[in-house]
Amino acid sequence: MFERIIAIIIKEFIELRRDNSARFRLIVPTILQMLLFGYAATYEVYHVSTAVLDLDHSQESRELLSHFTASNRFDVVEEARSQRDITAAIDRSDAAVALVIHAGFAELLRKGRSAPLQVIVDGTNSNTALIALGYVNAIAANFAKDYATDLAQRISGTAGARQVQVVLEQRPWFNPDLNGRWFFVPGLIGTLTLVIVVNLTAFAIVREREVGTLEQIMVSPIRPVEFILGKTVPFFVIGLFQVALIVAVGTLWFQVPFAGNPLVLVLGSVLFLLSTLALGLLISTLCSTQQQAFSLNFFILNPFFILSGFSFPISSMPQVLQWLTYVNPLRYYLVVIRGTFLKGVGLGVLWPELAAMAAIALILLATSILRFRKSLE
Amino acid sequence: MNAGTPIVAAEALTKRFAESVAVDGLTFSVDRGEIFGLVGPDGAGKTTTMRMLAGVLPPDAGSIVVDSVDVVADPEGAKQHISYMPQRFGLYEDLTVDENIRFYADLFEVPSALREERATRLLAASGMSQFRARLAGQLSGGMKQKLGLTCALVHTPQVLLLDEPTTGVDPVSRRDFWRILYGLREEGVTILISTAYLDEAERCNRLALLYGGRVLYCDTPVALKRHMPGALIVITSSAGRDARAAIARLAGVSNVVLVGDGVHAVVDDSRLRIPELRQALEGVNVPFANIAVGEPSIEDVFMALLDDPEAPR
Ligand SMILES: Nc1ncnc2c1ncn2[C@@H]1O[C@H](COP(=O)(O)OP(=O)(O)O)[C@@H](O)[C@H]1O
Ligand SMILES: [Mg+2]
Repeated sequence: MFERIIAIIIKEFIELRRDNSARFRLIVPTILQMLLFGYAATYEVYHVSTAVLDLDHSQESRELLSHFTASNRFDVVEEARSQRDITAAIDRSDAAVALVIHAGFAELLRKGRSAPLQVIVDGTNSNTALIALGYVNAIAANFAKDYATDLAQRISGTAGARQVQVVLEQRPWFNPDLNGRWFFVPGLIGTLTLVIVVNLTAFAIVREREVGTLEQIMVSPIRPVEFILGKTVPFFVIGLFQVALIVAVGTLWFQVPFAGNPLVLVLGSVLFLLSTLALGLLISTLCSTQQQAFSLNFFILNPFFILSGFSFPISSMPQVLQWLTYVNPLRYYLVVIRGTFLKGVGLGVLWPELAAMAAIALILLATSILRFRKSLE
Repeated sequence: MNAGTPIVAAEALTKRFAESVAVDGLTFSVDRGEIFGLVGPDGAGKTTTMRMLAGVLPPDAGSIVVDSVDVVADPEGAKQHISYMPQRFGLYEDLTVDENIRFYADLFEVPSALREERATRLLAASGMSQFRARLAGQLSGGMKQKLGLTCALVHTPQVLLLDEPTTGVDPVSRRDFWRILYGLREEGVTILISTAYLDEAERCNRLALLYGGRVLYCDTPVALKRHMPGALIVITSSAGRDARAAIARLAGVSNVVLVGDGVHAVVDDSRLRIPELRQALEGVNVPFANIAVGEPSIEDVFMALLDDPEAPR
């Protein structure tokens, strides 16, 4: 039994090594997508119209606002005198973002405490607003860091460097989801392995059907399960390799932080890969030519992306579509990926996602194996 | 096992597809150690029959026994006894000759020493020893078929099922191929081969003439020729076309075909018709060198049988 499975695995790797089109399908989308999402789709926004209100009139508040004036991401279009001016500016859409520094800002900072910066964003263009908020965050953090260094120098010897922060009101600190690159690059682990593993698996089996080797193999003493194992193990290995590659490029090249436990990511990846293998097998049972597999792949995989939360937030989808996302393994995998990468959460938080993926993998595998056995008849 | 029992026995084998009956009550048996041919034109049901014998296609009705295993009831059990080479043998084109052989040997769990020995011998017999490192996709059609045969034979089967192995194969490779089959017969392997080439039928020990999913006749090539309804008349003439035109419509004459040096025709009664033919040719001044009864080929027999209303259908 093992000899037969190993024979297929060896054969599969030799074929993969010699099959230029499979290599193409493996490598090109990976590079392309990483470049695309790593560089192009980072949601960069420049020249956001901004209104400012300084109620503190301190050196510190002027200093902070000058950071915004200096940044090409923000154009200060209005220096307001009262809270009412601010509201009006936002209402009239003169400004997409408003910054308010309340009285007492400098005093808090000088004491080494956290000082609030109120940010109002125009939610009508939620994307721009959210991205802008990320920049506000970054500028405020920079300011706080510099200030802390200065402060430490001035009062050196007394208490050492103290934590000085500028806290954005109404928004969570460092919402990492606002950094396009941080958001997308880890997500690529899910989308790319989905495309590539499903694609390779489906093609590898359909090709055997098309060329006639499948019938040839089935008259040998091999059992369907042995065939399936031999056919899927190589793509499982390739899938894991793919995950490792994207993690490496993402963290080393694109500097995406990895805060969580790698083992949790591995576990999630294994469960997700099982689903993708099953999906590939399922597609292969529905096609008799590689041409058919190609178009079927396209139609089947597209909804997986759209309904995953990879680029469109699930919470803004119509209810019916939201329900559909619950059967999408990619949805859960993305939560696991972003959770381990950015939030640093572990099994305690991610177990429902992992359990859901396990259940989906099990159902998909059972269905596809049954279907595959039937398709041999 | 008793030497008298056939090693392959098919009885009343029937397979229907949506709109047609591909195999219709087929009955035949193959003796141990013979080369048995399933001979018939495209669509006669050869491939369907082979697939049922190999256990990959369940029949709608009928029984198949191979080497005392009931193939219909236990297709998995029959696989150890059978090697089946489908009409389109599945070679991995991205794998070399050696890698293909190795893969199929591993599927049958053939020990590597035995595999090496068999592969060396079979490749030598088919004149492919120097191509062992070549990719299968770069082989000629004939070489692909020989490699397919080598892969199918690497596990020493009792019964070899070959579905149209020589279709589209050049004459030299075809001759190699048959030489290998004769060698296997010496070793006691029973071979069931299907072909649409009627000239190959003569190479079989026995054959079944298949048409429309039924057996017309099943016998040795020599005996089959005795079933020829009427006689084959060979007319040697430099004006074949004119000769054909002159005799085509005569009573008792059928299957008039042009051949290289004249015309072949089938007549119901040679003693009665030869003088009539001679008269007809002379009547329109068609020159001819000779007119005589000839030895029919299987092809002639088959064509005559198709036209004969009394032949079994
Ligand atoms: N899978 C199938 N589905 C429908 N019809 C089939 C199928 N396989 C064969 N047939 C039909 O059965 C008949 C016999 O086919 P086949 O066994 O392939 O003949 P041969 O091998 O002698 O050329 C043909 O009419 C063919 O169209
Ligand atoms: Mg055929």
